Formats: sequence, C-alpha cells, structure tokens
Amino acid sequence: MTDISQSRTARAPLVTLGAAMPWIVATVFLILMPLVFQSNSALTIMNQMAITIIFALAYNMLLGQGGMLSFGHAVYMGVGGFLCVHIMNWDQFFGMLPLPVLPIFGGLFGMGLALIVGSFSTRKAGTVFAMISLGVGELIAACSVIIVAFFGGEEGISGDRTYGLPFFGIEFLQQIEVYYLTAFWLVLSALLMYLFSRTPVGRMANAVRDNPERAEFLGYSARWVRFYSFVASGFFAGIAGGLFAINYEILTEENLNLVQSGSILLIAFLGGVGFFFGPIIGAILFTLLQTVLSLETEIWALYLGALFVLTVMFFPGGIAGVLMMHVVPARLGKLGGLVVPYLKIGIPAIVAIIGGACLLEILFHLRHAPADDHEMTLFWITFDSHSAVSWIVCLVMAVGGFWLARRVAPEVAEAWHDANTPDGGAA
Amino acid sequence: MELILVNLIDGLVTGLLLFMLSAGLTLIFSMMGVLNFAHASFYMLGAYFAYQISIYTGFWMGLLIAPVIVGVLGAGVERYGLRRVHQYGHVPELIFTFGLALLIEELVQFIWGKSQMPYETPEILQFTAFSIAGNAIPAYKIFMIFISVGIFIALLYVLTRTRVGMIIQAALSYPKTVEALGHNVPLVFMGVFGVGTALAGVAGVIAGPVLSTFPGMAVVLGSIVFVTIVIGGLGSLGGALVASLIIGWLTTFAKAYNVRMEDILTGIGFTKPDPIWDSAWRDLWTVTSPQIADILPYLLMVLILVFRPYGLFGKRDA
Repeated sequence: MTDISQSRTARAPLVTLGAAMPWIVATVFLILMPLVFQSNSALTIMNQMAITIIFALAYNMLLGQGGMLSFGHAVYMGVGGFLCVHIMNWDQFFGMLPLPVLPIFGGLFGMGLALIVGSFSTRKAGTVFAMISLGVGELIAACSVIIVAFFGGEEGISGDRTYGLPFFGIEFLQQIEVYYLTAFWLVLSALLMYLFSRTPVGRMANAVRDNPERAEFLGYSARWVRFYSFVASGFFAGIAGGLFAINYEILTEENLNLVQSGSILLIAFLGGVGFFFGPIIGAILFTLLQTVLSLETEIWALYLGALFVLTVMFFPGGIAGVLMMHVVPARLGKLGGLVVPYLKIGIPAIVAIIGGACLLEILFHLRHAPADDHEMTLFWITFDSHSAVSWIVCLVMAVGGFWLARRVAPEVAEAWHDANTPDGGAA
Repeated sequence: MELILVNLIDGLVTGLLLFMLSAGLTLIFSMMGVLNFAHASFYMLGAYFAYQISIYTGFWMGLLIAPVIVGVLGAGVERYGLRRVHQYGHVPELIFTFGLALLIEELVQFIWGKSQMPYETPEILQFTAFSIAGNAIPAYKIFMIFISVGIFIALLYVLTRTRVGMIIQAALSYPKTVEALGHNVPLVFMGVFGVGTALAGVAGVIAGPVLSTFPGMAVVLGSIVFVTIVIGGLGSLGGALVASLIIGWLTTFAKAYNVRMEDILTGIGFTKPDPIWDSAWRDLWTVTSPQIADILPYLLMVLILVFRPYGLFGKRDA
C-alpha cells in the first residue's frame, strides 16, 4: 500500500497533494484500523465492508457513472468468486500461486462474462438494459443448480486458501493477514476505479449517461462507451468475488441471486450514486446496519426497505448528495447558522422515528410472539406489550414528533435558503 | 394425444395468468415509460387480501373486494410516490418501484409471517369438470380460464369502444395534446396505474389457492412477468399475450415430457463418455427438460434479445 502513495507523490506535477490526500488518509486509516478493533468479529465485519465497498464501487461505475441500472450484477462477482474457489482446489496450479494474486483471476473471469453479456445488453440503456440484466442474472442464478460441475449445486463449492504458495512467509491462516490482503486490494481497486472515471472513456460514460444523442453527434458510439464501462465494472466485481472467495472459502447460489443484486443497488443508492465516494459510505453503513440491526430486531429488513424507499423519494442523491449539498453553505461560511434549525427539526424527527419503530415492534410482537408471552424489551425498557399504556406512549411520540417536525419545517427551509445565499443581496 | 390436450389446458391457465399480470404491466409501461417492478408485489397483495377477506366472508367477496383494495393502493402509490419520483427521471423511477417491491415483501412478512397461508379454492369449485383419458381437469382451472378471458374481453371493450378508452389510447401516444384538449392526463395515468395493479390483484386472488400464498410468490412470478413483456416487445399488448401463452406452454410441456439431453446428444452422433461422473460435460449429459423448464423463459429471452432486440412485436423505436 505504501508504494502506491509513494508512486502518487512521485508524479508530483500530475498529482497534487490535495488530490492524493484522501487516498493517503484512507490508506493510513485502513492500516491502523486493526490496531483499534482487534477482535476477530470486528475483523470479519471490516473484511465484509471492504469487499462490499469494492463491489459497490464497481456497481456505481454502471449506475452512477454510466447511467445503466443493473438488476443482476451479483452474477459477475459470483462467477469470479466461483472461479477463484476452483483455482484454490486445483492443487498443482494453486501451489505455485501466491494467494494475493488470486483476485485477478476472478476479475478476468468476471470481465469475460461481462464481455459476452455486454455484447448484447449494452445496446440500450435505461429500462431495456435493466430488464436484460435481470433476465441474465436470473438465468445464471438458476443455472447454478443445474451446472453442478462449476457451481456445485445446492451446497455450493468450498476451498482452502492456505494451500497457496506462502507469500513472504505469510500463509493467510489468520484473519488479520486476510484483512491486510483485502485492504490492499480495496485501495488498489478503488484507486484504479477512480482513475478510470478520469480517463476519456470514463468521462464519455458520463456524457452518454446524460445525453446519449449528443454524444453520438460528437462522434462517439454510445453503445461502445457503455460496453467499456460494463466490462470494466465486470472486472472489478470479479475482484470483489475473488476476495469473497478468499475470505469465506465458500460460494453458493446465494452469491448470484436477485437478493444479492438488489442489495448492492440499495447500498449504492443509499450512499449516493452521484459521487465517487457515495457507494463507500453506503457499503460501510449497510454492513453496520446489517450486523447491528439484525442482532437487535427481527424486522430490520423492513426498516431498511422503508429507508430505501424514502431515500429514493426525498433524497435521490443519497447520503453523499446530502453531504455535498452543504458545500455551498460551507464556502459561504454559514454552516454554523444551520446547526440550530437542524437540531430543532432533528430531535422531534428522531423522537417520531423511535415512536414509529416502537409501534411496529409492539405490533410485530403482538402478532408473532407466543400467545402467553406479554413481555417485551425495547431500548432497555421491559414492558407489557398488551397494555394500552405502551401503545399510547409510542403513539404520542410518533405523532407528536412528526407534528413538531412539520411545524418547524418552514423555518428550516428558510434557514437553508439563507445559508445558500451570499451576504448582501441576490445570488 | 390426450396428454397433449391436458398440457394445452394447463399451459393455457399459466399463460393467461401471466398475461393478466403482463397486460397491466405493459399498459403502464407504454403509458408512463416506467416499468413497475412492484407489479408482482401487487399480485401478492391481492392473494393475501383475498385470503384475509375469505376468512370472514368467503372466497367470492374476496374476489370482489381484494382487487379493488389493491387498485386503490396502486393508485395511491402512483399519486404520492411515482409522481414525486418522476421528476428525477426514469432510472430513479425504476429504483423506486424496486424498493417498493422489497418493502411490500417485508410488510407482508411483517403482517402475515413467513409461512404459507391456508388459502383454499372455494368448495363449490372443488369438483372435477371433466376428464381426458383419465386425467382429471379440476373445475377451478376452467373457472380461472373463464375469469381471465372475461376480464380481457371487458378490457378490450373498454379500451377500444368507450370514450374513456379513446382518451387512454390518445394519452398513450400524445399526452401533451390530450392535456391541451382539457383532459386531466395525470388522473388518467393514475387510473391506468390503479386498473393495472387491480388486474394484478385479480390474478393474485385466483392464483393464490393453486400456486400457494407465501411471501416469496411475488419473486417467483415477478421476474417471469418481466421476461414475458421483454419477449413480447415492451409496450405491446398483443405481444404480451403471445409471449405469455408461449411461456405458459413451453414450461408446461417441458415439465410434462421428460426429454433427456443424453438422447439428443446420442441422436446427433456423440458417444456418451464413460464413466460419466469424471467427465467435464457430465452436467450437459444428465440434463433433462423438467430440470430446465423454469429457466427456459430466460433462455428464450436472451435468444430473442440477441436476434430480435425489440421483442416479438416491439416497435423499433420503442
């Protein structure tokens, strides 16, 4: 990892320190993280996060940068992972191969599949592309049960990463070694994907996304530009698959199906598809939510679905979009003026959300708990789920919070408007 | 010969059921340019609502009321959800309906749980209509055929013979002009969306008892419905009908006749590798048609897209 940052600073005329800074900070952060969180479960979560980040960034090459909505992108990650497990099981070859280069094979295989599928799916963007991606995704996911030789049928296939050639004496027996391997690939692929978005092809992908006709009039084939993005995205998805194979040493049908493809869409969109770093936020948040919320409540997927729908409806830019909206107030030096209005609307809104969530939890408990089980615990408070008091408290919280938030909404809008207007007149 | 007839009837039931979903979907698509990913979820809601109503008042009230509720819900989704997202463009619309599909599935699990519901066919229809060479055809299948054909005739009549239908057809092609003539086009859109989802609801009500009512039923049928309208050509109602019937018959016949790849390959002149378990091609040799029946629609779709990218009846500039 250090050699990357060095090579970046070495090309000083091309790369300014300001541009390299986020990468150096991120690399140092990744190196230091295991010193802070040392437990194995934390390392597992961080590995999962890193893999999801690569996959989400690869997905955003399509959705955010190329304007192509894919409902079957898990397939490219999946087949890359499957191939890597096969290589792990291929003794003579794997014995000569250091483990860290394994993801390249996954990437190449994902790229190969993307070459084939992309040849007919990238003719059109939009709805047609989405439908083809869905159909191909479902086709390959369904094939996994039939083509047992490659996909291993229902139980999937598994391998053992430690049979590979030791890499400078490291055999990747421990979680921490795998972590650094994953982190290295994370930085490398994120950097490559970022650089891809700065190349002429990457820029043209943006142009084709925004206005395909105009791009065609300028002499570019919209179809080929889409095709290149698609193939590159397949490559990085395959790398994510290879890392998945190294981490979990098993791949099953679950890595290919619609649920997986849907969740990566959710991750990228929650994070924000408009900015390069959006999917990174989405992946981190989603992995945390998935691990933390699913321990706390059974209906976490319901919250996640609601969050997703609300994001699409009200914040189509995702979290990154909301963050970047604050650049203008920050430039004008008026960010401070927003704190009080945000608190004014934030506190009632949080109260309303907690109230609503409690209502849902009580309702869920009423419907699905055993008939004699009246006791339930929410936010460290144990109470009787059948009593009217708990209902009233939650209802008051939900409705009251919502009402208060609605009341201060115009005030916040006013403050937002002020913060976005420079002092001394019209912008 | 008799078996062919039985399978023809079975395939027709599946095909008509698919068409009930794909008709609404393709109508909505050609009108608003948005593919409603949650369409199959409304089908699922239809089945669940009908089950809930049938507990209190029996099957027939469920058949009447559940589609209405689903239609109203669908109209509400259009009015308060889609119309809002529409300003961001087509891709966010598609993402919105996808999120909605996730949310509806979670909501159904939240309310009714993960297990299958004991939603049954009404007793009055639990008899054998007739039998063909010892194969009993249940009356419920005949009932399904009649209901779906009846709905289509009604739909066709409304679309082509009434004033409302004329306005809808005009709004399909020239929404701006229709609006300029003083018609409330957003209302028309909302109505079409509501009717389309209500149709999906009807399909759910009558399919729930035979295909079983469980939270995964939307996913099972959902992607097939999309495949159907892609094969038929996006936005083409006739194409949707043809594609639905093709898929219905294709899967039914593939399941009914055990065609083995082994026979085909030896027929062409290949020799079976021995022992088969060590061969790299073992999966190809052991494949049978019932095994791949469920993926045949996807295969067909990929083939159609490669050789005829606009579907069977799609317009070139669609």
